[in-house]
Amino acid sequence: MSVEENVNQEPNYLEYKSNRKGLGAWIFSTDHKRIGLLYLYSIMSLFFIGATLGLLMKFELIAPGKTIMEAQTYNGIFTLHGIIMIFLIVIPGLPAVFGNFLLPIMIGAKDVAFPRLNLLSWWIYVLGALVAVSSQFLGDGPPDTGWTFYAPYSFKTTTNMLPAVLGAFILGFSSILTGLNFIVTIHRLRAPGMGWFKMPLFPWTLYGTAWIQLLATPIVGITLLMIVAERMLQIGFFDPALGGDPVLYQHLFWIYSHPAVYIMILPAMGAISEIIPTFAKKTIFGYKAIVASTLAIAFVGYFVWGHHMFASGMSTFSLYTFSILTFLVAIPSAIKVFNWLATMHKGSISPETPFYWAVSFIFVFLIGGLSGLVLGALATNVHLHDTNFVVAHFHFIVFGGTGFAFMGAMHYWFPKIYGRMYDTGWANTGWMIFFIGFVTLYLPMFYLGMIGMPRRYYDYLPVFHGPNIISTIGSWVMISGLIIIVVNLFRSAKYGKPAVKNPWGGRTLEWEVGSPPTLENFDTIPTVTRRPYDYS
Amino acid sequence: MELHRDDTASKLGMWLFIFTELLLFGGLFIVYSVFRYKNSQAFHLAAEELDTFIGTVNTVILLISSMTIAMSVTAIQKKNKKLTLILLSITQVLALAFMVNKYFEWGAKIEHGLFPGSSSLADLGHGDVLFFGLYFAMTGLHAFHIIVGMIFIGWIMVYVAKDKQSHDNYALLENSGLYWHLVDLIWIFLFPLFYLII
Repeated sequence: MSVEENVNQEPNYLEYKSNRKGLGAWIFSTDHKRIGLLYLYSIMSLFFIGATLGLLMKFELIAPGKTIMEAQTYNGIFTLHGIIMIFLIVIPGLPAVFGNFLLPIMIGAKDVAFPRLNLLSWWIYVLGALVAVSSQFLGDGPPDTGWTFYAPYSFKTTTNMLPAVLGAFILGFSSILTGLNFIVTIHRLRAPGMGWFKMPLFPWTLYGTAWIQLLATPIVGITLLMIVAERMLQIGFFDPALGGDPVLYQHLFWIYSHPAVYIMILPAMGAISEIIPTFAKKTIFGYKAIVASTLAIAFVGYFVWGHHMFASGMSTFSLYTFSILTFLVAIPSAIKVFNWLATMHKGSISPETPFYWAVSFIFVFLIGGLSGLVLGALATNVHLHDTNFVVAHFHFIVFGGTGFAFMGAMHYWFPKIYGRMYDTGWANTGWMIFFIGFVTLYLPMFYLGMIGMPRRYYDYLPVFHGPNIISTIGSWVMISGLIIIVVNLFRSAKYGKPAVKNPWGGRTLEWEVGSPPTLENFDTIPTVTRRPYDYS
Repeated sequence: MELHRDDTASKLGMWLFIFTELLLFGGLFIVYSVFRYKNSQAFHLAAEELDTFIGTVNTVILLISSMTIAMSVTAIQKKNKKLTLILLSITQVLALAFMVNKYFEWGAKIEHGLFPGSSSLADLGHGDVLFFGLYFAMTGLHAFHIIVGMIFIGWIMVYVAKDKQSHDNYALLENSGLYWHLVDLIWIFLFPLFYLII
């Protein structure tokens, strides 16, 4: 393929001149591609803060006792780390960045259904981020409840809770509006000929995710408002002193926040389902099974929230029910893993960077998923509840799962987004170091949890010292890998070799438009006649 | 770029938004049912404090306002701009009447010390604290939706007056109608839960 093939008649979306200039041409743009990049840069900046906080926590834990910070500082840091990482990074994460950029292109549309609403979502996101982060600087010190805002402490603590809770509430709106936009886009704007079962899998997972965003987020919204009302007006819903029930808060919180885990992981699975067939040069195995398992995860994921509360007090019947449902929700995930492996089987694999990210995703996701079953079983849960085992489990899923898929997606669609190739040597080196660092960082925490080290403490008994040192060293290795990856991508976005339309030989629609695409993506809306992963 | 208009998409979007609104209130309905179950006696007695007459009047007001906004959609379909604006104005007046009633109702409760955080309410016991906490939270959130609806309808009225909404382009008017019916529907549940079940 020659470079000429990629020359567009019109200016691409990066060069396009609107009637606004400079930054205004970006932050007031209703182009889904520019909005996707706005999210990318916002998320990256916040990730820098969140990761630094994580590094500081790990450094504090390198030795028992006080190393670099006081207990209260540590409490503030793990709270902010959680709020930033969960509400500002992994929940918007793949849908807001790659969903915005690619969903319209992959289904053959010029933009999302409501472009102005889309821009509004980003503005709400920025507002929510500012309000949440302002909690650190205003009032009586950073919040110290953890990202879960558990009652009654969240309305008893004198720290500056209100901005943190309100920030999370505002971010919920951004998430709901993005979900609403995607559902309508998928229903109304699929190109002629693209029936539901000719739609690529990444849009499918965005569809499942969007329904969760739409139907679960309002519950946490109202719950957070109740916390605000509790602090400001003493309505008493969660205050035992006024007849309220703190466990009720936990129920309401997890009714959203467990499905939120599937908001994080479903689009990640979608991205992996795009990467693997492209680099295995083979049709995805069991397309319909992946679609069905996506919808099954979205649906069953609503009914498992109680497994966060096995130690909080529930009837025996509820315990059994939530435990069984938790085991059930693992099945569709396992189906997907089986499908990915079967896709690779007898494929003609070209080992490029996105493929490395995809296979390492499967590896860490398996560890994360299987450790989830250990926590979903009632007896082992009681032993492991609120220990480092839980922290390791969800970092394997949320950081290992969503994070690795995000990196894979970043490298996979990088040529499309910037019209340039990255340096594969550095990208692979960064991946290798990051992967080793990741496993070194989080694997010891499983062991620490099993021998009884609780989470969320700045101090620990000397018996836990050894694994903590390994874990902290792992955090340094991982961050080195991350720096290599980010520097490589930044350099390549500017100086990389120009990319062709379809550098990987992908078969979905985004590879049929220019790299980078023009403002309207397609000169004429394409008519779809074949299935998305047709390598025959 | 040619202008893209899709009324079906716009209505679909509104329906999805209504789902999220229902779930937003759903959270409070769950809390209500839990506390009603735990404090049925106290809820029974506290409910008798509410003025069923004002509640009934407000229910009738909202039902009529839902009717007038539905009629305004038919009016615009029949190209009758003047009637559309009259019907929307009646809707606004009814919404305002609802809020005035609410003001007096809330005012009376606050005067009697029946509001969250008051010491005389705390003396009555846990059930009453929770009942009135829920009463103010749920009717307050509902009243907030009435105000948002009034702003939305006012904005649509400007659009109708400027012919930006007309017989072949009335999706926004229809959406504001949908939203108004949602606000009405939520009240239809709040009314029996607070005023009638005693």
